[in-house]
Amino acid sequence: MQSGKIAEIWTLLGSVPDPEIPAISVVELGVIRDVKFLNNEFIISVTPTYSGCPAVKTFQDDIKTQLNQNKIHNFKIEIVYKPAWTTDWMSNETKEKLRKYGISPPEKFAQCPQCSSTSIELISEFGATACKSLYKCTDCLEPFEHFKCI
Amino acid sequence: MKDLEKYTLRIADTSLILAQRLSEWCSNGPTLEEDIALSNISLDLFGQANGLLDYVSKLNGEKSADEIAFKRNERQFYNLQICEQKNGHFGDTIIRQFLCDSYFKLFYSSLANSKDEILSAIANKSLKEVEYHLRHSSNWVIRLGDGTKESNQKIQTSLNQIWKFTGEFFEMDELDNIMLKKNIGVDNNNIKEKWDLIVNKTLKQAKLTRPNDGYMMNGSKQGLHTEYLGKILAQMQYLPRAYPDAKW
Repeated sequence: MQSGKIAEIWTLLGSVPDPEIPAISVVELGVIRDVKFLNNEFIISVTPTYSGCPAVKTFQDDIKTQLNQNKIHNFKIEIVYKPAWTTDWMSNETKEKLRKYGISPPEKFAQCPQCSSTSIELISEFGATACKSLYKCTDCLEPFEHFKCI
Repeated sequence: MKDLEKYTLRIADTSLILAQRLSEWCSNGPTLEEDIALSNISLDLFGQANGLLDYVSKLNGEKSADEIAFKRNERQFYNLQICEQKNGHFGDTIIRQFLCDSYFKLFYSSLANSKDEILSAIANKSLKEVEYHLRHSSNWVIRLGDGTKESNQKIQTSLNQIWKFTGEFFEMDELDNIMLKKNIGVDNNNIKEKWDLIVNKTLKQAKLTRPNDGYMMNGSKQGLHTEYLGKILAQMQYLPRAYPDAKW
C-alpha cells in the first residue's frame, strides 16, 4: 500500500519545478535521492546542488506546499550530502529540455543553444546562479548560459 | 566541548568568516562578472559553513546552528586568521583567496577520507566547489602577476603582506593530533608539501616571487585573532543580537 503512495509522491515531486530553471523539475535536476516510508512517515531525501545554493531552501518549501495540497502531511525532508550531487544524474531528455530553454546543458563542451555552434568564448566562470557559467557564441553573437559539469 | 564538536567548529568558522568577508564584495566588484564570481564563491563557503554548523549543533545537542554563528564572541571563534584579513584591493582579495583555495583543496581531499561519515560527506561535496574556486583565483593570480608592471608590483605586495598568515594552515595542536589518531582529522603537516607545489607552480607562472617564511602568525586555534575579526562579527551579528526575535 505504501509503495503506491511512494509512487504518488514521486509523481507529485515530478511536478515541482526548479525555482531557478522552471523548465525542469526537482526530480529531473537529480536532487531527490530517495523516498521511503519509516515509522509512519515518508522520508524524502534531498541533496543540495551547490552547498550555498539559495534555491535549495525554496524547493524544500515548494515540495512541502505541493504535498500538503495533495493531502500528504506525514512526511519529513532530510538533507543528505553523500553521494555529492553531480550533473551526471541528468538524463539526455532533461538536457534537451535545458537546451530548448536556452541553457547549454552540462556536457563537457558548451554549445550555443541558439545556433548549435561550438565557436564560443567564455565570458565568466560564474553566472547568475551557482550552477551556471556565462558564454558568448562567436557565430550568432548571442550570450548564453552553460550548466557547469560537476 | 567535545573534541569532534570543536574540530568541526574550527572548519566551520574558517568557511563562515571567509564567506562573510568575501560577501563585502557584493555590489563592489571591479566588473559585473567578478562581482558575481566573488559573491558566488562567498555563497558556496556560507553553504559549507552551514552544513558544518548543523553538524556542530547536532553534536552540541543544545544550540542551533544560528545561535552558534551569531551568539559567540571573538575569543570563541576558531577560524584561521587569514580569513578575517581585510579585502583590500582586488589583488589583495585574489591572493588571499588563492592561498586559501589551494589549502582547502588539499584539506578537503584529505578530510574526504575521514572515518567520520558526515565530515567525509561534507568534504567530498566541498571539494568539488573549492576546485572550481581555485581555478578562478589561480587564473587571476596569473593574469595580474603576468600583466602589467603595475599589476605585478601590486599583487607581489599583496602576497608579501599576507604571507605571514599561511603558517596556520599547517599547524598541528593537541586536538589535531587526537583527531588524526582517531582517523577523523587531517594531518596538516602532510598537506604542506603538496600546497607548496600548487602555490609555487602558479606563482612561477605569474612571475611572482614566493616570499621567504619569516615570522608566522598563529593563535586562532586558541581563539586569538587580529583586530579585524571583531569588526566582521559586529556586522555579521548585529541584527540577530539587536533583534533576537527577528525571523528570516
